[in-house]
Amino acid sequence: MSLTIKNGEIFGIVGYSGAGKSTLLRCLNLLERPTSGQVIIDGVDLTTLNKKELRQARLKIGMIFQHFHLVSSKTVFENVAFALKAAKKSKDEIEKRVNELLEMVGLSDKRDAYPSQLSGGQKQRVGIARALANEPTVLLCDEATSALDPSTTKSILALLKKINRELGITIVLITHEMEVVKDICDRIAVMQDGKVIELGTVYDIFTNPKEELTKSFINSVLQFDLPDHLLKKRTGTIVKIQFKGEMAEEAVVSDMLQTFKVKGNILHGKIEYIQDMPLGIFVMELTGEPDEIQRAIDYISLRTNGLEVIASAA
Amino acid sequence: MLLDSLINLIPELNKAFLETLYMVAISLSVAIIAGLPLGILLFVTDRGLFLENTTVKSILGFVVNMIRSIPFVILLVGLLPLTKLITGTTIGPTAASVSLSVAAIPFFARIVETSLREIDKGVIEAAVAVGATPWMIIKDVLLPEARPGIVHGITITTISLVGYSAMAGIVGGGGIGDLAIRFGYYRYDDTVMITTIVILICLVQIIQFAGDRIARLVDKR
Repeated sequence: MSLTIKNGEIFGIVGYSGAGKSTLLRCLNLLERPTSGQVIIDGVDLTTLNKKELRQARLKIGMIFQHFHLVSSKTVFENVAFALKAAKKSKDEIEKRVNELLEMVGLSDKRDAYPSQLSGGQKQRVGIARALANEPTVLLCDEATSALDPSTTKSILALLKKINRELGITIVLITHEMEVVKDICDRIAVMQDGKVIELGTVYDIFTNPKEELTKSFINSVLQFDLPDHLLKKRTGTIVKIQFKGEMAEEAVVSDMLQTFKVKGNILHGKIEYIQDMPLGIFVMELTGEPDEIQRAIDYISLRTNGLEVIASAA
Repeated sequence: MLLDSLINLIPELNKAFLETLYMVAISLSVAIIAGLPLGILLFVTDRGLFLENTTVKSILGFVVNMIRSIPFVILLVGLLPLTKLITGTTIGPTAASVSLSVAAIPFFARIVETSLREIDKGVIEAAVAVGATPWMIIKDVLLPEARPGIVHGITITTISLVGYSAMAGIVGGGGIGDLAIRFGYYRYDDTVMITTIVILICLVQIIQFAGDRIARLVDKR
């Protein structure tokens, strides 16, 4: 496979476990050496480096892990200082930089605590501080939020986003949680059986998924299951309408209702903001003459991102 | 009568006790100095680790297993030429310490290796990912993380050495165990036998107690 990740973007790799996304990520800092091929970061092919050069290169590639992987017998300060020691920084520099980093991740008061005294979110913040110690250009996140509860996940994602925007660090993250991708990624790759099967901006993938796997991932976020009793009771045609971008702000539905002799009843709906762009999804029941309904459906299909008939009139 | 024989025994007991301490102290020191690096080497040259080296790993592993499979009594006698070379004599507690050390090094090395194996591989990997040198990983990750396990290992090694040192009598090493065998076993002197055994029990209990305390003190997890 060939994959290019742009400078300064947040790139997500999604897939079920066993898809090879973890292996792919670990190839980026050669924790796992690819049997063939190149890994080029900032113009340098890592596979050609000797041990010493590789260590130097790794200083500039931060990595955080699902289970944090902190040294349990060392304090928060010492854990972060370790990365700086690897870069052969002086004692004074280390002292100063660690304090800066702990300030940035909001853990200044936990400086002398041991990892066992911290919550999961705090441990991940220490992990982030350690990964950023040597001002890396790339940050690799290996399921960094999968072991955290939803609200902690949000705060860690916000921190990652801040790091990306303020420090300009390229972030590559792998996850099986579509929520994570939706919240912070710019582009994503969907992986299956060791191959990238779909690649694009998050918005494009969410509004127009092509592969079945991608669709199933997206459904996990944009869940639209109607209760059974609603489907049984219905008399008209149930349609799912998707609006994207500026379409979501136009009055297509009300125009349709005025133009055709159909009645519309909204059963379900929501607008998600992905990368600050709206994606609206509504489920409506249309009642009226079959011809009119068909024309209404055609009208909407043309003017929106997509219309899917979930159930035709009984 | 019983008290009398005990009092008569005191100088003998005292000497034997000091001899045991002497032998155990020397061989334990050697075991730690040589066994710790050996144990680390056995671990870091293993497959998938940062100094992976199959040749070194198999040679070291083979030598360690070989020494460990020789019964101590045979090792004691078999190493007499080496003992002569190092200490200039083949009898006495110093001479016995050579064989005790040789037996203790691989024993302790395996214990070190095992306690290193208990460390979460991810923590080691994180250190590799950070760009740390092998020496830094050993000093700042492996040793601190395995510290409680290594302290337990020292306790176990010490107690085993107390046991092994009883056989040192064969080369005139002396010690409490030897006293028990010579007076208690060969001469059917129950008083000596029981006294020495009580002393050995107390010694082992104290070592275990102290070892556990220290292990808890250094455990920051």
